[in-house]
Amino acid sequence: MEQLLGFAVPGVPYGCAYAVFAVGLVLTYQTTGVFNVGYGAQAYVSAFVFAWLVEDHAWPVWAAFVCAVVIVGPGLGLALDRFLFRRIPSSNTTAKIVTGLSLLVGIPALLPVVFGNQNLVGAPSIVFNPDTVYFHLGADVPVNGIYLSAVLLTVVMLVVLVLLLRTTRLGLEMRAAVESPRLLELEGVNARRVTATAWAVCGLMAGLAGVLLAPTEVTVQAQDYVTLMVAAIAAAAIAALRSMPVAAVVAVLIGVVSLTAQGYLPTSSFWYSAALPAFPFLVLVGALLFVPGLRHLDEAKDPLSSVDPPPPPPAARARRREVDRLVRTGFFVLLFAFVASMLTWMPPTWETVMNQGMAYSVVFLSVTLLTGTAGQLSLAQATLAGIAAFTAGQLAHHLGLDFLLGGALGAVAASLVAGLLAIASLRLRGLGLALMTLAAALLFDVAIFPAQAVSGGTGGITLKPGWLPLNLFAPNGHAYFLVVLLVLVLCTGGVALVQRGTVGRFLTAMRGSELGAAGVGVNLPWQRVLAFTLSGALAGMGGALLAIQQTVIAPGEFNYQLSLAFVVIVVTTGVGTVEGAIQAGIGLVVVQQLMQYAPQRLQGLTFVLFALGALAYAAHPEGIVELEKRRWTERAERVLTRRRRAPATPAVTGRP
Amino acid sequence: MLAVRGLTKQFGATLAVAGVDLDVAAGESVGLVGPNGAGKTTLFNCVFGQVRPDAGTVELDGHDIGRLPTWRRARLGIGRTYQRLEVFPELAVRDHLVVALRVHHRGARLWRDLLGLGAPTREELAEVDSVLDAVGLSDRADVPVAALGLGACRLVELARAVVTKPRLLLADEPSSGLDEHETGELARLLRSLQLARGMGMLLVEHDLAMVEAVVDRVVVMDLGRVVASGSFHEVMGARAVRRAYLGAP
Repeated sequence: MEQLLGFAVPGVPYGCAYAVFAVGLVLTYQTTGVFNVGYGAQAYVSAFVFAWLVEDHAWPVWAAFVCAVVIVGPGLGLALDRFLFRRIPSSNTTAKIVTGLSLLVGIPALLPVVFGNQNLVGAPSIVFNPDTVYFHLGADVPVNGIYLSAVLLTVVMLVVLVLLLRTTRLGLEMRAAVESPRLLELEGVNARRVTATAWAVCGLMAGLAGVLLAPTEVTVQAQDYVTLMVAAIAAAAIAALRSMPVAAVVAVLIGVVSLTAQGYLPTSSFWYSAALPAFPFLVLVGALLFVPGLRHLDEAKDPLSSVDPPPPPPAARARRREVDRLVRTGFFVLLFAFVASMLTWMPPTWETVMNQGMAYSVVFLSVTLLTGTAGQLSLAQATLAGIAAFTAGQLAHHLGLDFLLGGALGAVAASLVAGLLAIASLRLRGLGLALMTLAAALLFDVAIFPAQAVSGGTGGITLKPGWLPLNLFAPNGHAYFLVVLLVLVLCTGGVALVQRGTVGRFLTAMRGSELGAAGVGVNLPWQRVLAFTLSGALAGMGGALLAIQQTVIAPGEFNYQLSLAFVVIVVTTGVGTVEGAIQAGIGLVVVQQLMQYAPQRLQGLTFVLFALGALAYAAHPEGIVELEKRRWTERAERVLTRRRRAPATPAVTGRP
Repeated sequence: MLAVRGLTKQFGATLAVAGVDLDVAAGESVGLVGPNGAGKTTLFNCVFGQVRPDAGTVELDGHDIGRLPTWRRARLGIGRTYQRLEVFPELAVRDHLVVALRVHHRGARLWRDLLGLGAPTREELAEVDSVLDAVGLSDRADVPVAALGLGACRLVELARAVVTKPRLLLADEPSSGLDEHETGELARLLRSLQLARGMGMLLVEHDLAMVEAVVDRVVVMDLGRVVASGSFHEVMGARAVRRAYLGAP
């Protein structure tokens, strides 16, 4: 018993940390209708500001607390509402998730740019002293300030929030605003004010959680807050995003069970190295598969949601024939100029950059097909790319198989995994599906990719020249360029043909209305599996090409954070068209390369720029590049119309 | 053609449909009416497979379709329109009908799309255009549905449902949100399409004038049960129906 307590009690503060975030997730979902995966990033901002003010500017703890929690936390929440989430129609789940993801990707990258590359150590505790042992459980299980702070924080936060939601008028109005802000306004309530208040409260809670959890780690790092989110998401999912007490209890149990198992399992065993880190994700998968409430999260509840204007059609579909001809001609001229440049004068550095951009474009086409056409959100595209890369690497290593052929087989393996993932998720929609793919990505990250048999360990697999034909490693040989160009052209053409064909129409119908599509006889399960399978193949081909370009296939190159970034980047440029994927791939590497010439402090801005771009998704779901294309198309059409009208006017007015 | 026997569905403590029997013969138009909460839409959803009943059977031409998913029932010849619009906002009007036709012709082949053979054939376009002409949408065939008004969207749903020549059309409050003139036009259109195509129809509708104009027979539900059945005038004079609607003794 003593031993069990000794293992279990240290799990309590971890569990409470998960609980604070899980409760925050449920609160945000219940009061704003948004599953805010950026909640951890919000907490990190307050923790960062708090530690920065105390350490670097010697502010008193109370003043730093007021600034970080009472001012910055709600201020950030209000800003998120005012500039982002208010603009998203209540029924657009994808936009809400992507906007949250952009916060998760962008905020941790932005703070070091704003404040300099700070390494803030030892944020002070504002409740109990972490170094003091207040009492012992049993004979020799010490309970220090960290334990007490965590438990106190969790309990107080839980009680306050449950009372707020269940017993106050504001809580009732917040829940009503989530259901239908327009109906609430018909009752004479200012729904915008209510929603803004909800975001301020959520921001306050995120700030409080961030500051109170800061002393539990040695340094204040964004990664810790993102990691906490994963277990918190699992707990919130078990509670079906409805019950804060259930979420809190499950979160504490996850912490306690993890630490207890860690104590008992031999450190050299598979269970310790692979299964234990995967425990929260397995809980998440279990919740998604077996908690019925999660299957209906995205059902539109707002009877007035249909008054939201639909997104505009892509510029390519809306433009006039003359403009279309002009654009197509321009495209082929540009393509010819690009290929000629790559084969003649392009410096090797930039040739490498462009090659990498094209390989990314192939991966991004998988997002175009799956999200842009079929309306399914996957947060595991980098994982699928990694599956193909590791498969090709292992086939080359063990069987001496040509890496290009291995890459093709790897793409098949990735498409099979994607298909299986789709089959496992057939009952899930929108948010549930996104979480399932995220759980799969995390499982691969912690349990499968690091395994010796898959990646050869943390160092990864180094490609050998003998594995590749055509001298693909030679930087000036252009062979790699031609191969990646060929694959990109084939994949782009393939996706464009699918989009214009019957399957594309079925997928677009499914994205528009699953009920309507099933009602005319579209086999939705098959279409989803097909979309995932094709998307997995595309991601896999891109992954194999990226592996050749990078020459080393390491587990960290295909982690879940990259998957999140992929979605954010493609959505920023335009997820509905194949051009969007190519612009995203080239844009990413060009911005990254240009940042090499910027001061050290600004080099993390690449993802911030794309994250800021994705924030525009709230107002323009077609993507900012697509938006600009439409604006320029309209301008061109106005010019053409003006020119044509001038001579035509007398003829028209001359009619009787 | 359609035979529903002993259909029962309960949501928590609420018995939405209680042992309902219902028949629709081939080419017959049947109106399903009743006050709010009578169980009409739940019965509809059970017939179309969107809700799984707790008990009872649903048969189409003698075959039990009770365990089939919605999309398979649609392929067996059941078409449907929805009270709350279920259109595909980004597709043009014509594409809605092409999707429906392709499903029924089993025309979706990935390899055909990859070879650039996914465009609608001349025969398909002719079929689609004849239906668009019948419902008066020919001039808006290439307009994305998102740009249309409610009345036109209802017509798109109707055209999408009938283009596949269903044997049974389930029309769920098609006049919802339409004005009196639009409702009258829609009623005439529904009746003419139903007669011209010889399809059975089950119409859920609150607008009794429309029901009278469109159906051969009326079934009245109240509190999950069928309380009357017969011709429009017989049923409207029935005591049980007056009680259901007006609370009269």
